[in-house]
Amino acid sequence: MPVCRHDREMTTTVQRPSAPASLRRGLLRLAAAVTTPLLPDDYLDLVAPLRAGADLRGRIVEVRPETPDAATVVIQPGRDWQGHRPGQYLRLGVDVNGVRQWRAYSVTSAPGDRHDPITITVKAIPDGLVSNHLVRHAHPGMIVQLDQAQGDFVPPATPPARVLLVTAGSGITPVMGMLRSGALTGADVTLVHSAPTAADVIFGAALRDLAAAGSLRLVERHTRNVGQLSLADLAALVPDHLERETWACGPAGLLDALTAHWTAAGFGERLHTEQFRPTIIAPGEGGTVTFGRSGVTVAADGSTPLLEAGEAAGVLMPSGCRMGICYGCVLPLRQGAVRDLRNGSLTTAVPGDGVLVQTCVSAAAGPCDLEH
Amino acid sequence: MTVMQRKPVNPIDHLSAEDIEVIGKELDAIRDRVLADLGERDARYIRRLIRTQRRLELGSRAVLLFSLFPPAWIIGTAGLSVAKILENMEIGHNILHGQWDWMRDPKIHSTTWEWDHVSPAEQWKHSHNELHHRYTNVIGKDNDLGYGIMRVDEDQRWHPLHLGQPVWNLINACFFEYGIAAYDLELGRNLKKGRHRDPAFRARARAVGRKIRRQVLKDYVLHPLLSGPSFLSTLAATFTANLVRNLWSHSVIMCGHFPEGVETFEKTSIEGETRGEWYLRQMLGSANISGSRLLHIMSGNLSHQIEHHLFPDLPSNRYREVAPEVRALFDRYGLKYTTGSLPRQVFSAWKKVIRLSLPNRRPRDRASNRPAPALRTSGA
Repeated sequence: MPVCRHDREMTTTVQRPSAPASLRRGLLRLAAAVTTPLLPDDYLDLVAPLRAGADLRGRIVEVRPETPDAATVVIQPGRDWQGHRPGQYLRLGVDVNGVRQWRAYSVTSAPGDRHDPITITVKAIPDGLVSNHLVRHAHPGMIVQLDQAQGDFVPPATPPARVLLVTAGSGITPVMGMLRSGALTGADVTLVHSAPTAADVIFGAALRDLAAAGSLRLVERHTRNVGQLSLADLAALVPDHLERETWACGPAGLLDALTAHWTAAGFGERLHTEQFRPTIIAPGEGGTVTFGRSGVTVAADGSTPLLEAGEAAGVLMPSGCRMGICYGCVLPLRQGAVRDLRNGSLTTAVPGDGVLVQTCVSAAAGPCDLEH
Repeated sequence: MTVMQRKPVNPIDHLSAEDIEVIGKELDAIRDRVLADLGERDARYIRRLIRTQRRLELGSRAVLLFSLFPPAWIIGTAGLSVAKILENMEIGHNILHGQWDWMRDPKIHSTTWEWDHVSPAEQWKHSHNELHHRYTNVIGKDNDLGYGIMRVDEDQRWHPLHLGQPVWNLINACFFEYGIAAYDLELGRNLKKGRHRDPAFRARARAVGRKIRRQVLKDYVLHPLLSGPSFLSTLAATFTANLVRNLWSHSVIMCGHFPEGVETFEKTSIEGETRGEWYLRQMLGSANISGSRLLHIMSGNLSHQIEHHLFPDLPSNRYREVAPEVRALFDRYGLKYTTGSLPRQVFSAWKKVIRLSLPNRRPRDRASNRPAPALRTSGA
C-alpha cells in the first residue's frame, strides 16, 4: 500500500545510509557514467521492461471477450506495482497508431498479491480511440504503460449493513472489483444495473451467479426495452435506497440526478459516485487560457497563438523561431484543446495527459490549461 | 556562390509573387498529407532503429573489452563507429528537431533527449533549430555558413586568416563535435566581445564543460578501464570511432549547404519574408546527396537536406518518400534541385573551401549603395 512504502522511504532518508546502500548508489552512479548520455535503465528496458526500478509498465497476458463490444484485459504489472484497493482505477498508456494515449480504467480483479496479474474490463465506445484499440487489437505480449492505482471509490474496511450499487454500462467495472474482493461480503447488497440488452451486460453471467447464490439482489434494467432508469423507478425498485450506503458509477447525467436527489434528502454523504468517462472536450474557437504556475488567465481568440496571448498577459514564455520549426516554445497542455494555426488540426488533452504543444503556432480551441 | 540578389541572372526572376505563394501552398499540402498519415509504421521505424543502435553499441563495447585481440579491435571499432553515427545522425539530430514528438512518448522526445555528443542538446537545439533553420544561408545571420571560421561565399569578406581555412576545415572535421560545441556556445564571438564574464555565458560554458567531462570519462577512461589489459587498445578504438563519426558527419553536413549550386541570401532580403518566400529560400539554399537507402540512414537523411529544410519536423523516414514530389515541384517552376553523389558533393564543397581561402579573383561590384532587392524580385 502507498502509505507503507512512503514510511519506508522516510526511514531510509532519516537514518544514515548503510554500507550496502551507499555501495549500491556508488555502483549505480558508475553504471550511469558508463552509459551516459543514456541511463543503464535505457539498456535494461530492452530486455526487462517490467523489472523493479523501471517506469511502471505491464504486459498483457490474455484478452477475454465479455460481450460483443467489451473485453477483459489481463495484465501482468511490473515489479513496482503497489497493488490496488477494490473500486480503484489505474491510468493506462497505450500506443494507438503510433501515438501514446492515456485513459483510466477500473481494476476489475480482486486485490491479491501485488505481483499477481490484474484485470481491467474495457467497453469499446463509438469513436473511442483507446477503448476500440484495446478491445479489438490488444494481444498477449503487448507492453502497456501503467500508473499506480488511485481513486477513493472504495468501500470501507468493514462493510456497511445495507448497500446499494447503481451502475450503467461499463460503470459496472469498479463495482465488480468490489464484489470480487469480498469487501461487501455479509452486507445486504442490491445492485441496479442498466445496459441496452441482456447480452450487453458486462459480467452478466457472473452477476447472475452471485444473485443465484444469494450474495446480492440483482436488478437488471435493459434500457432498449424499458428506457433509462429514472429516480421514480429507483424509488419503486429500492424503497429504502436513501438509507443504504450507495456507490454509483455511470454517465454524468445519471450521477448528477442521483447526487441532487441524495443531497436534497440530506443524505449526500451516503452517496459515492464515480464518473466513467472524462469530461468531453468540445473544441471551439478561442477560449480562456490558464497558465497554471504563473497564475495568469487570459481570454484568447481562435487566431492568436498561445505564445502571443501569454506574452501579452505578461507571462515569461519560452520562445524560439516563432514559426513552428524549432520546438523551443513547447509547453505541456494539461487540459483543453488547441488548434494548429498552420493546418487547423486539433490537439486535445485530458487531465494527466500533458501533451506538449508548440505555443507559437497553436491557438486556443476552447478553455486550455497550460503548465507554465 | 554569390548572394542570389547580386547574381547577373537571378534564378527566381521568372517567378511572380503569386508563383512563390503557390509553391508555398503546394509544399504545405505535402506536409499536411504526411502529417495526416503518420502512424504505427513510423513509430515502429524509430523504435526499431533505437533498439538496433543500442544493441550495436552495447555489443561493440562488449567486443572491445577484448580489443587487445586484433579482430576484436576491428569489429568493435567498426560497430561502435556505426553506432555513434546512427546515434548522432538519424536518431539524435532528428529527435532533437521534434520529428518524433507527435508520438507523445517521453522517452523519444525533443524535450527529454540527450545525445552522444559534447554539445548539450539544449544549446544545440537553440543554435541549430532556432537560428540555422530559420535563417538558412542568410549571410550575417546563419552562422552555419562557414561556422564563423571559414569563408564559403564570395560575399563574405576575405581576411588573411582565411588562407589557412583548408587546414582549419580538416581539423574541424576531425574534432567536429568539439567544433559544434564551441559554435553552439558562440565561443569566438563571446570571447572577442569580452562576454566571458557574462553569467549566462558562463552557465552555458559550464554546461558544455560538464558534458565534455562525462563524454571523455566514458569513452577514454571508464570503458578502457573496464577492458583491463586492453586499456590502451580500447582507448584507441573509442578515439577512432569518435574520429570516424566526426569525419563522416562533417562530410555529410558540408554537403548540405556548401556545394556549388546552392544559393545564399542578403540579410535585408528576409525582411517581411512570407511563408512562400521562406520555403523558396530553403529550396535554393540546400543540396542533397544521392545514394542508397543505407547512405540515407547513415546520413540521418541529411542526404535529403532539401526536404529536411522544407519540413524540419517531419519524421526523417518520410523524406525519401516525398522527395520525388518535391523534385517535380522544382522542375515545374524551373528551379535547380541541387544533388549529387557523396564523393562529388564532398569534392565540390572542399573545392569551394580551398578556392575561397584566397580573395576573390576580380574585385566584385559591391554595389553597397544599391538597395538589395527582396527575395521576391520580379513580382515586387
